[in-house]
Amino acid sequence: MTAPHFEDLLRDLTPQVLGTLVRRYGRFEGCEDAVQEAVLAASVQWPEEGVPDNPRGWLVTVAGRRLVDQIRSDHARRERENATTAAEVPPEEVPDTDDTLLLLFLCCHPALTAASQTALTLRAVGGLTTAEIARAFLVPEATMAARISRAKQRIRAAGSSFALPEGAEREERLRVVLHVLYLIFNEGYTASSGSELHRADLAREAIRLTRMVHAQLPEDGEVTGLLALMLLTHARRAARTTAAGDLVPLAEQDRTAWERALLDEGTALAKAALAAPELGPYQLQAAIAATHADAATARETDWAQVHALYLILERIAPNPMVTLNHAVALAELNGPQAGLALLATLDGDQRMAGHHRLLSVRAHLLERAGDRAGAYDHYRRAAKATASLAEQRFLEARARRLQAQ
Amino acid sequence: MKFLISLHINPAVLDALTDEEKAAIGAGHGRFIEELKSSGELIVTQALVDPSQAAVVRVRDGQPAVTDGPFLEAKEFLGGFYLVDVEDKERAIELAARIPDAAIDGLGVEVRQVMFSDGHLEA
Repeated sequence: MTAPHFEDLLRDLTPQVLGTLVRRYGRFEGCEDAVQEAVLAASVQWPEEGVPDNPRGWLVTVAGRRLVDQIRSDHARRERENATTAAEVPPEEVPDTDDTLLLLFLCCHPALTAASQTALTLRAVGGLTTAEIARAFLVPEATMAARISRAKQRIRAAGSSFALPEGAEREERLRVVLHVLYLIFNEGYTASSGSELHRADLAREAIRLTRMVHAQLPEDGEVTGLLALMLLTHARRAARTTAAGDLVPLAEQDRTAWERALLDEGTALAKAALAAPELGPYQLQAAIAATHADAATARETDWAQVHALYLILERIAPNPMVTLNHAVALAELNGPQAGLALLATLDGDQRMAGHHRLLSVRAHLLERAGDRAGAYDHYRRAAKATASLAEQRFLEARARRLQAQ
Repeated sequence: MKFLISLHINPAVLDALTDEEKAAIGAGHGRFIEELKSSGELIVTQALVDPSQAAVVRVRDGQPAVTDGPFLEAKEFLGGFYLVDVEDKERAIELAARIPDAAIDGLGVEVRQVMFSDGHLEA
């Protein structure tokens, strides 16, 4: 039996085991520590002694024992009695229906910053070690450990109940969960500094976690939409950069390098998501990505449909980034001046002032409109404004190309 | 997002401070470091020795030439930095404003986002 097999199994089981414990005992912080210890014990013992018949039960038992030991010694320190009752919880089978959701909802507690929600989700639900998470985010392990431990304290201080929230609160929390998964995916997807390899792992992890949520809530259009969006985006990764690591824009990507199986699955999910009674931003973004996936070349893209989808997206979830992308689609449909006119509506927006994406889109549209000097100036300013090296190289290359013409 | 918060000092300004003021700056940095550690936002902080201890190295015709003293003919020098990992630029600016130096005329605190990182993270 190979090591990756153990890792996959442990990673799948971790949130289930943690969910079971949290459901049984409450106290998230202690349970999380206990499960980490049990997983560590399993990763040492199983390769030697083989996987037990009921690996989940094994982990629940070992983690439960650790937790009880911990409770006992805590109590002993304080009162030195009465901990034994906690030890005698009957080993009944707890239904694992909503355990992953329960955990995700806890990790995405509103008292935490997005960075802490992300870290805690990856550790408690993703089953990643603190060291792995630290590597993925390019921070020292001590920094990540402090962040995770602070997040757990905050959840405790916020007096969280361990039940799934109900009704509107549940809806709202699910939006936070999806946003965190989206952030994890983006962290992995966005080409930026550091080791690309770990970043791709992060994108895969986000997809795995979103699949888990989708398995529990297959009827939710936004969950389906988010999964579709991730798959359709992830399918393009091989075509997004050259061998040297330079960015290739969507219009110039070799579409035969897009991963067919992911595109097919993503497209089917995007279609299913659109059938949901209510439309949300992920469903619409997935539909836009699916429209791109449908076209054999950039030229053959159904820009009218992309434009229509952006119109709806702008209505239900307006934000300047959506307007920016909409301007690109509009320019494909009605020419660069139409796109530039839409961009002009963003000029007073503080959130976009000096933003490299606004500068680079404007540069692109000015270039298409024949204003080479304006395009050159905007490419250079965009290159200075970005914090991504790959993007900076790309924008500077565009500026140089204009100069050479 | 990672930001470098750099501290620009002026040795003359620092020398003119009273001992109490100097101690308050030291204590302020101590508290700041503890807070950043517990929030999980600190990557590393380093302070540099006095600029008079600097050496400037130039290689001309393949021959290194070393001169004592700082490179810049300036009043303000880089005194040290905080490297932090925070949610967004607003948070980095909020943190920078809590550094004692920011409240003293003649000392500067600058915030810039990190673009590329490499090397040992546990350094």
